[in-house]
Amino acid sequence: MTDHSSPRWRLGPLTTQRADAGPRFTDVESGARRRARRHVAGLFAVATVLVITSVVFYFGVSDEAGRDINVGDLQISNLVLGLTLGLALLLAGVGVVHWSRALLTSTEVVEHRSSDDGGGSTREASGGAAKSSLLGRRRLIRAFLRGTLALLPLPTVVALRGLDPTPDEKHEHTAWAEGVRLLTDIGYRPIRASDLQVGAMVNVMPASLLDLPAEGPARLNERAKSPVVLVRMRPDELAPDEGRENWHVDGIIAYSKICTHAGCPVSLYEHTTHHLLCPCHQATFDLADNGAVVFGPATRTLPQLPLAVDDDGFLMAQSDFTEAVGPSYWEREA
Amino acid sequence: MTNTTHLPTKPSRNWAIRQAGRVLDFVDQRITASNWVKHNARKAFPNHWSFWLGYIALFSLIMVFLSGVVLTLWFRPSMTPVVYDGAYAPLRSVEVSEAFASTLDISFEVRGCLLMRQVHYWATHVFIAAMAVHLLRVFFTGAFRTPRKLNWLIGLGLLVLGIVGGYTGHGLPDDLLSGTGLRVVEGGMLAIPIVGTYLSSFIFGGEYPGDDIVSRLYVLHVFLIPGLIVAPLIAHLILVRRQRHTHWGGAGKTNRNIVGSSFVVHIARAGGLMLIVFGVIVLMAATLQINPVWLWGPYDPAQVGAGSRPDWYMAFLDGALRLMPPWEIDVFGHELTFSVLVPAIVLPGAIVMALAIYPWIEQKIIGVEGDQHILDRPRNMPARTGLGVAFVVFYVLLWIGGGNDVLATVFHVPMNWVTQFLQISVVLMPPLAYSITKRICLGLQRRDRGKILHGRETGIIVVSPGGGFSELHLPLSRHDTYALTSHERPAPLEPGPEVDENGIPAPRQRWSKLRAWLSKVYLGDVIDQPTAEEIRAAHHDSQHERTAPPQVPVSERKLSNER
Repeated sequence: MTDHSSPRWRLGPLTTQRADAGPRFTDVESGARRRARRHVAGLFAVATVLVITSVVFYFGVSDEAGRDINVGDLQISNLVLGLTLGLALLLAGVGVVHWSRALLTSTEVVEHRSSDDGGGSTREASGGAAKSSLLGRRRLIRAFLRGTLALLPLPTVVALRGLDPTPDEKHEHTAWAEGVRLLTDIGYRPIRASDLQVGAMVNVMPASLLDLPAEGPARLNERAKSPVVLVRMRPDELAPDEGRENWHVDGIIAYSKICTHAGCPVSLYEHTTHHLLCPCHQATFDLADNGAVVFGPATRTLPQLPLAVDDDGFLMAQSDFTEAVGPSYWEREA
Repeated sequence: MTNTTHLPTKPSRNWAIRQAGRVLDFVDQRITASNWVKHNARKAFPNHWSFWLGYIALFSLIMVFLSGVVLTLWFRPSMTPVVYDGAYAPLRSVEVSEAFASTLDISFEVRGCLLMRQVHYWATHVFIAAMAVHLLRVFFTGAFRTPRKLNWLIGLGLLVLGIVGGYTGHGLPDDLLSGTGLRVVEGGMLAIPIVGTYLSSFIFGGEYPGDDIVSRLYVLHVFLIPGLIVAPLIAHLILVRRQRHTHWGGAGKTNRNIVGSSFVVHIARAGGLMLIVFGVIVLMAATLQINPVWLWGPYDPAQVGAGSRPDWYMAFLDGALRLMPPWEIDVFGHELTFSVLVPAIVLPGAIVMALAIYPWIEQKIIGVEGDQHILDRPRNMPARTGLGVAFVVFYVLLWIGGGNDVLATVFHVPMNWVTQFLQISVVLMPPLAYSITKRICLGLQRRDRGKILHGRETGIIVVSPGGGFSELHLPLSRHDTYALTSHERPAPLEPGPEVDENGIPAPRQRWSKLRAWLSKVYLGDVIDQPTAEEIRAAHHDSQHERTAPPQVPVSERKLSNER
């Protein structure tokens, strides 16, 4: 509330009278009024015509476009339908607003704010009501009531247990295992070392994926966990950590494709720098340096899949990944 | 029947109006709606463009609901794999989920439904954007103060629900982009300590991605969230109606009245605006392609498109994920990944929490009690305005971070530079923005003071006989002067006495001091309003000026005004 007693900024009663905006052009000029009326009516008329056009167009265009849809045609149809309907709505709206601004009354109303204070606070009133109802008397009853109410949601929560939210240890393993062949992601073909040029990159899936049931989500889940990036570089470009010296086959190395940051498939490979970049948040890994993080928000190196060649000359895994792939989580071995 | 609407003494010549009158009578005799009409007819609806922002949000939400209902008729929320055999040749014979196939059918085979899809999507964007701008309007003008704190909370809840609703819808078509978004959500959940893996398992029905998520998102998207939006929305509107709208201070506008258009005029304008909002959204849907899922292709967890970005309202979180430095600690053999936990979970929680409690904190700091129905001009609350701008700058920087790869491509700069520049900016820019905004506000206050004392510049340059140039100023009208000076100037709170009259140390001394300090930061820096004497003196000068402009050069005169 305005405190008029404060002398610091007091100006004296300059004015509390409202400023009157004065008459509009359409209030004094009958010609302007007529024009405004014509404009409003015209806008509504055009809007009506457009709505009808929209409906006519909907039925008028042949449904027999054939089996193949032409995206260009579709977009033109979308454009015409949308333009007619959208303009109809827009013009009708402009008509109403113009009507209200030019022709409806412009005088402002003054309303007094009524205070909702019914005398005494709600707290007092409800306190009184509670007291007179003797609600406050029986402590034991209230304690039991509280207990019952607190426990009531429990059966529902317990029922959710049926969803089986236990993560088990599925996070920690993938479909890779000793002797599992590497298949190309598209077409599921086995790969020979000689198929890859230096600098090449291939997206790879485990052959064991195909043993999983086609029904249900098993394959999809494995595709979310097991994808691998296969890259070939010159063996002298590699700087393997201790224990990883024999994980490559003539400079062919394999890394998990699942980013250790948020789990996107890391897929942009730059073969001159050996960097692999995640397009989601730009975590960048150096494949020549054991998948070390060189830039971005990832905290852990990309897990490497140890490779070997089987008896038929196809690339296979020496084992599963030696650590869990994908983003960090609480139970993961730090 | 005292409540019966009385027919006009002279029946209208228009048949339709006569019939409408009879229908009204019929209804009125049963529900006595005339009381409601009479009650509303006396109400005033303040006029200002910014008061329509909430309406835009409301009308676009109606558009979201209407188009969404149409889409549910054709969409099949199922992840069962099918071989696509529809009208779009490039994807024929590709194995896709039913959800994706039905989205293609909606786009290509149901006539007019591509328009509905695009209306649904654009209306969502307009809905969330309008809510966000509405929130900023309420913040910067102080419309969240008592008695509207509860409504501020409800509005904030609606914004959060709107964003969640948008995101659950984004996940439904099961295309490559929506799946990638869900994957990042899963990464965020896994980062939550202790319960993370359980939560992910619970939501996805086991391992990611499973075959449950689309049908679960569907229930959230078409049933639970719309219901959760409608209930507080109605409460929001009822509260606005009960508490009546705020208005800008000015001549004849006080804390105890409301000045504005009458009910009928207001309803006409709102109706017109509704049609305009509908029209603009349909025009957007007609001319601007949005989320062409047939170009992204079906979701495959082993693939991702370069330049994948979420919808704009989630981009600030994605930007935070991109800008957060790699930081992970070991807690007794467990992994705690701050590089995901902070941007994906802590940051949004902290932002919502800070916005939620702000009205209470500000009231504590300013110490003004009672209902506040007159809006603050942002310049008159420099600290609040500064905080708001600092928050906007912080948000926008994160938002830009959500497109750092695109920026790098467009401007041909290394992406690492963009990221590092933004990382530094996110820390440095908000305080800078606060300080600059506060200075600008004080400058504007000084300008108001100058206007009151010396009137507004006319652009008329007068040459004095002595050869000096000066600009004529015309005094403000009494109404304008009142509008510029009528706002409150609460004084900063003083810390309470350290000891009471008996020499006993007062409790909560530290809090009292902190509060006084904050209060000084909030209210201490202020340009004094001119007193009545100053105005009289200045006006006397200016009278003098206009008859015979002073012989001093304009620069000196300006300086003397500043005192």
